[in-house]
Parts: sequence; C-alpha cells; structure tokens
Amino acid sequence: MLEIRNLHASVGDKAVLKGIDLTVHAGEVHAIMGPNASGKSTLAYVLAGRENYAVTQGQVLFRGKDLLAMTPEDRAREGVFLGFQYPVEIPGVGNTYFMKNALNAIRKHHGQQELDAAEFLALVKEKARLVEMPEHLMNRPVNEGFSGGEKKRNEILQMAVLSPALAVLDETDSGLDIDALRVIGGGINAMRSRDRAIVVVTHHQRLLDYVVPDHVHVLVDGRIVKSGHRELALQLESKGYGWIK
Amino acid sequence: MKDTYLAQFEKSKGGALADLRRRAIDRFAALGFPTGREEEWRFTDVGPIAETAFAAPNGADASRLADFAKGPLRACQFTFIDGRFEPSLSSLKLPKSVAAGSLASFLAEDPKRVEPHLARHASFEKNTFAALNTAFVRDGVFLHLPRGVKIDEPVHLLFLSAADGTPVVSHPRVLVIAEEGAQATIVESYLGPAGGTYFTNAVTEIVAREAAVIDYYKVQRESPKAYHVATVMAHLGRHAALTSHSISLGAALARNDIGAVLDGEGADVTLNGLYEASASQIVDHHTSIDHAKPHGTSRELYKGILNGKARGVFDGRIVVRPDAQKTNAVQTNKNLLLSKDALVNTKPQLEINANDVKCKHGATIGQLDRDMLFYMRSRGLGNDDARRLLVHAFASEIIDEVKVDAIRTQLGGCLHILSS
Repeated sequence: MLEIRNLHASVGDKAVLKGIDLTVHAGEVHAIMGPNASGKSTLAYVLAGRENYAVTQGQVLFRGKDLLAMTPEDRAREGVFLGFQYPVEIPGVGNTYFMKNALNAIRKHHGQQELDAAEFLALVKEKARLVEMPEHLMNRPVNEGFSGGEKKRNEILQMAVLSPALAVLDETDSGLDIDALRVIGGGINAMRSRDRAIVVVTHHQRLLDYVVPDHVHVLVDGRIVKSGHRELALQLESKGYGWIK
Repeated sequence: MKDTYLAQFEKSKGGALADLRRRAIDRFAALGFPTGREEEWRFTDVGPIAETAFAAPNGADASRLADFAKGPLRACQFTFIDGRFEPSLSSLKLPKSVAAGSLASFLAEDPKRVEPHLARHASFEKNTFAALNTAFVRDGVFLHLPRGVKIDEPVHLLFLSAADGTPVVSHPRVLVIAEEGAQATIVESYLGPAGGTYFTNAVTEIVAREAAVIDYYKVQRESPKAYHVATVMAHLGRHAALTSHSISLGAALARNDIGAVLDGEGADVTLNGLYEASASQIVDHHTSIDHAKPHGTSRELYKGILNGKARGVFDGRIVVRPDAQKTNAVQTNKNLLLSKDALVNTKPQLEINANDVKCKHGATIGQLDRDMLFYMRSRGLGNDDARRLLVHAFASEIIDEVKVDAIRTQLGGCLHILSS
C-alpha cells in the first residue's frame, strides 16, 4: 500500500527527515513513536502534501503511484487521509456541508455518482454514532468552538465518512481524557479492515492499549532507529526513549 | 466635462423644482469634479467620469431589457431604464393608503407632496455628485408610507441601463418617507448589460419617523465598464430603526456615500456592506453615522473581497454629538485580499463628543488562511473549491443577515471571482 524509500525532508533550512524507510501493507496497523521533535508530524505532513515541507531525497509510492508528485487533494482522492494533531477551525463552513463536498470530490474522482443531501445525511448519521459525535456539532462550522476531544472525534468521523485506503493519524490521542480515548480508539478499530492501512503517530503508548498495532517503529532524529511489535511500545512506555540509540 | 452638464442643464431647466435645480447646478459648477486632492476622494480617481462626455438618455427600447425585469422580486417592482420610469416593466402592488409612484408623475401632478422633503437630507453643499443629481432630478421613486402601515412584500426599485451605444448618464432619485410606526423593505438594484459604458449617479433619501422600521438593500451589479456613484442619506426619528445593506459587485468604479442621522432618542441603525471587486475595479464606501440624540445604537460591518488589481476603499465615520449620551456604536471593516496586487485603504473614524458612551471600531486586512486551505485540500476538495468555500464563509457573516430570500440566494451564487 505505502512504500517510503530513503525519505529526506526539510522545513526551511532545517533537515528533519533523514532517510526514512517504511513499508505498510493493506490490513496493517503501524505505530510510529518517538520523542518530541523527532520528525513524526513532519512525516505525516509530507505524506499529506503540506507546503513548506521540502522533500530533498527519496520517494514515496502509494499503491504503486508517486505520491509526492500529487497535489494534496489528489492524495486525498486517491485514498490518503491525514488526521490532524491540531484540527483547523473553519468559521462559516458547515461541518456536514464540508464533509459532503469532500466525499463527493473523492467520489467524482473515482467516477462514482455524487451523493445527494439525503443520502449523505444518512451516511454521516451512521458514522457519527461510531464516534458518539453529538448531533449539534454536525451543523456547526468545522471545528469552530469544539473542545479538544470533539475536534479529534471530528477527525475520526471524517475518516469514517471518507473511508480512505490509508489513514495517517497524527497524535490523535493527545489531549484526550480516558473516555474520549476509548471512543476514539473504538472508532479507529472499527475502521480496521483487510483493505485499509492505518499509521498511528503517537508520543504515548496509551492509545495502543485500544488500537493494538501490528508493527511499532521508533523515530529518533529523523530516522527509524528500531522496529518491532506491540512489546516495543510497552518497553518504551516503561523505559522511555533514552535507551534506544 | 463639467461644461457638458452645464449645457445639458440649460436645455432642461425650468419646470417643477426649478429653483432647487438651479441652486444645485450652481453648486456643481462651483465644486466641479473631485481632483483627488480632497480628503474624501484621496484614493478614488473619478477622472474617467469627469473626462467622459456622457449624454442625456434618449429613450431606449424597453423590450430589449425585459428579461432583467423578470427577477424574483418582480411582484412589487418599479423599473427604470436609464433613469426613466418604465411602466411596462413595473408592477406596483401596494396598499392604497401608500402614496407611491414615479417621481416624474408626482412632480407633474402633485409636486407639493414632494417639495417639502426632497433634498432635505442628501445635502449637496459639499457633495458634487449629489448636486449633479439634484440639478437633473426628473424621475425616480416617491414612496410615502402613512402612519402605522406595514408593507410585507419587498418594494423593488430596479434601475436598468440600456447601454446601447453612446455612453449616457442617469440621475435616479429615490425619496422614501415612513411616517410614525410604518414599516417597509426597500431593495434598490442597479443593473446593466455586460460591456456597456454608462454612468449612474443616484441619490436616495430615507426618512424614518418615530418608531418607523426600514430595511434597505442596495444591490449594485452594473456592467464592468460602468461608473456608479450613489449617495444614500437616512434621517431617523425617535426609536426608528434602519437596517442598510450595500452590496457592491459590479462597475469599473463604484462609490457609495451612505449616511444616517440618528435624530431622535433611542434610534437604531445597522449599516452593513459587502463588496467584491476583481480585475481593475475600484469600490469605495464612505459611511457616516451621526449620533445626534441619546440612547442611540449603531452597528456597522463592512466586508470586502478583492482580487486581481482591484482596489477597495472604506472610510467610516461615527460622530457622537455632545447631546448623545448612552450611545452604543460599533464599527468594523474586514477585508480579504485574494491576490498580491489587490489593495484596500481603510479608515475607520470615531469622533466622540459625549462622555457616557460605548464606542469601538476596528479594521482588518487579511488573506485566505493557508492552514484552512490545506486542511480542506487534505480532505479532497480542489484548491479552487476550497478557496470558494472560504470566501463564501467570509461573506456569509453579511449574507446571513440579509432578510430578503431572493437577495441572499443571489449572493450565494454570484461571489464568483475567487481563484486566480
């Protein structure tokens, strides 16, 4: 599904990613862990195509296609989803309206018929139950005035509605209380499927109690320095990042 | 081309309002066109208006413009072509007690109804375009609502320009008097065929007596080659309320002077505006809110969207007179620049001469938010669509306040300039 080869990227003059190699297959859940400023969020942004993140070396193939050559919207339409660490508030743009436009842009890209308002509403209501999203938030502007937890739920809701092939979730667990973490974890688990890959980027292992990964990678200073399985995450939890060099 | 107007005046002088018109043309002759040295005209060059010999209209074929008159507000509509009332495209459905009709017919048949009110509020002492309009006042709308009358249907004043050949000038004039407790919604639309060069020089006067409520909309969608100058002056009595929306989308150059005098205790004014300009359009709003009596409230929000090499001007003035204690006034101007060559000059001003008041003002100039754009694109929305949604979102703060469904719907569809 996703093949990252020797990826180098910088922000401004500063090299942040210094040679990432990572292969993710359909059906897998990968966790990328690491200390602050190790490059985890940069990796997520580079995959989604954020401007001002310059790829200086390497390549990324998504389902065999050159991901880095695509615009952000084409990446999304091809099936890449980024769950933001800090979801953006968009005053004046209704949440449901926004999601409907996004989904229909993706459907159009695949030659599918666009959903009308009624069809979309049925879909979004079903998905909203998955993340226990209060209905009144659906009619509000995107993320405007949402609590931290509500914003993260909204990210998972968008993922559920857009149904991507690859979801990269950047610190989706940060700032959540235990109840919200359980709901978000449940939402992510419900999205696990044989056809979909999920990459969870996180500083802490606690989300991984709910979303058990198949693979765990440790990112330090722009490189993956260790890969393993669930146990690696637990080790990091008890010993911290200091022992890995 | 001042002389062109003086010559036109000599051919049309006399008749009703002869004295008023004479005084106005003399004032115009003395003031001349703004040169740009005047503070009020610093950022807006009216050279193209001053240098074009706009002719007096010579009668246009109404049938050619019939489609323009078939909009959703046609139920109660006064239609004008080049400033002249066109009965065949009008439908005056109003309560019998309301004195309403073309200004020309009132001036011909019952000038005494008009004379005491006309030109009492839109002063032409310093406003050369108002002087010019007054000098050529011939036709327009006279609407006098008696005490307590409420008109439910919006009254649509549709000013069409034929633009069929020679550039012409029209001087539409609107006079609305709402007696005590009367209530109405007035919509002025200015339209012309794309590509036509003409000059609309309009003046509207609104009098809202005690507790009268006027909801006023001005929707300017002139041809991109047209020139549009308008003065709107409202006078409010005790507890009267005026809501004004100035929507400016068309014209090569559009200048609006919009003012309200709160001349009775507890009067309430909302002045909103939405302007959108692209290419090399110039759109200029000068507003004035004069708090003359205590306990008045005013809210003012103007929002501008500028693309290409367009230029926006906002000059908003709030005056609180010594007598106007307990005034509450808020004024905001927000601008969205969509290109690096677009420009806006904004100048909010407060002049407070009373000590127990709440007043604040502010202005912003910004660009589309990059984080928002990326967020939307990362969900699959195309760059243009994302920009369009954000521009709509910016404008929606004004659009959502519009109470006339037809205008709200139309605005949703015509904010079109966006992605460059």
